[in-house]
Amino acid sequence: MERYWKVLRLFWGTAIAAELEYRLNFLVTALISLGGLVGSLFGLFLFYRTGYEFAGWSWEAALLVLGLFTVLQGFAATVLIPNLNKIVSQVQQGTLDFVLLKPISSQFWLSTRVISPWGLPDVLFGLVMIGYGGTRLGLGWADYALATLPLLFGALTLYSLWFMLGATSIWFVKIYNVTEVLRGLLEAGRFPIAAYPVAYRAFFTFVVPVAFLTTVPAQTMLNQGGRGWLLASALLATVLMVVANRFWRFALRFYTSASS
Amino acid sequence: MLSVYYAYMVEYRAELVFWVLSGTFPLILMGLWVEAAQGNQFDLSPTELVQYFLAVFLVRQFTVVWVIWEFEREVVEGRLSPYLLQPIDPAWRHFFSHVSERFARLPFAFLLVGLFLLLYPYAAWLPSLGNLLLGLLAIALAFCLRFLMQYTFALAAFWTERASALEQFWFLLYTFLSGMIAPLSLFPDAVREVVLWTPFPYLIYFPASLLINRPNHVAQGFAAMVLWSALFWGLNRWLWRRGLKQYSGMGA
Repeated sequence: MERYWKVLRLFWGTAIAAELEYRLNFLVTALISLGGLVGSLFGLFLFYRTGYEFAGWSWEAALLVLGLFTVLQGFAATVLIPNLNKIVSQVQQGTLDFVLLKPISSQFWLSTRVISPWGLPDVLFGLVMIGYGGTRLGLGWADYALATLPLLFGALTLYSLWFMLGATSIWFVKIYNVTEVLRGLLEAGRFPIAAYPVAYRAFFTFVVPVAFLTTVPAQTMLNQGGRGWLLASALLATVLMVVANRFWRFALRFYTSASS
Repeated sequence: MLSVYYAYMVEYRAELVFWVLSGTFPLILMGLWVEAAQGNQFDLSPTELVQYFLAVFLVRQFTVVWVIWEFEREVVEGRLSPYLLQPIDPAWRHFFSHVSERFARLPFAFLLVGLFLLLYPYAAWLPSLGNLLLGLLAIALAFCLRFLMQYTFALAAFWTERASALEQFWFLLYTFLSGMIAPLSLFPDAVREVVLWTPFPYLIYFPASLLINRPNHVAQGFAAMVLWSALFWGLNRWLWRRGLKQYSGMGA
């Protein structure tokens, strides 16, 4: 376990050092996230402008959901997307061989190899939005603390989905379009799940578990929804993590390296 | 050229299906708005909203442009050079590859629309012949305008390695102001007045409202599209000439 920590520190130290060579890029990305934030707020405002409310969600509560979405988006941009892109290129060029030979878990290596600080503005803006919404609703530290649990499960769920997608690159090599599909569907997490029609709700709970990524943590923060959802979210995260791991081992059996 | 690229695109059918599916954003918002409009607090009825967003989905499918990613790679990797020797401007190659891709994705896009009409059968509609023709013309123009804008930004690749950042920022404005998240008639009046001066609403909102038989200010809309296209065309040619000098100066 200690060895993994050491490796992780090395990985991220070098990755950040490499990324910091492009400091102007950081400014550009921060500007883009700020623009995205203003746009999302505007989109939400259009619904609330005439006094309409998503069933059971006040403006501040909807802000919490949007904030959680932004945080997860930042998390994906920091950790998930750069690593996913690396898996694809490693399968394409056959350099995955070297990873498999290393004396640590290949899943660990592939999931943590790089980190890109460009998602951090999103995390920051998301937290600010949660803080604003939470203060207006009078939430205390205990509420935030309680919500980190389902948020963590949400992050794990998201990670498992991405990693499984990445694993399919062993068969399909080019998977950029599939990740775009997933990304498009995850956009639904910007809004509380209660705002959707019934058919959508079922789809986003059972087929693509968007509900567990943002709505459930927000509900926990607001002390709504009960323990059942929290339990379901923990269960989902665990199951998906196990499945992702199994799936990766299964996929590796089909890996035949480039040019061999 | 068209047929070559068509054959090329059809070869990657599976990939195309995924690209069509990745444009589901308007359909997600459709769900939200339909649910929201049940209480009659908005100016539009659920039926109109379903029609509007399905039209948006179609317009969006026909106006997807990705030239900047390809062009940026070509410039950074120096692959542009051989194309410059050909007697035809490289822009046309990109343009026709986009156009032929439209025809290849047509069947999938209609299939998805059909699926949603099963979900909301009451919303089925047909545009009148006149509106359909005008709508198609508007879509074609919207595609040209969007292609021109993105190609113009792509030319920045001659000077910087991250030209796509420009497009990313532009895309944000496009997403939120073009009418993709909501019909412009639901925007606050002041915002709408400003937005109508930008090119964005003519890329999505204008063609989509023609398709659902709710045309307004048709002549004005087409005029705005032509004007913006002319502006970007001029800018594009100017940058292209300047850029080529810069490119050869880089020793590629």
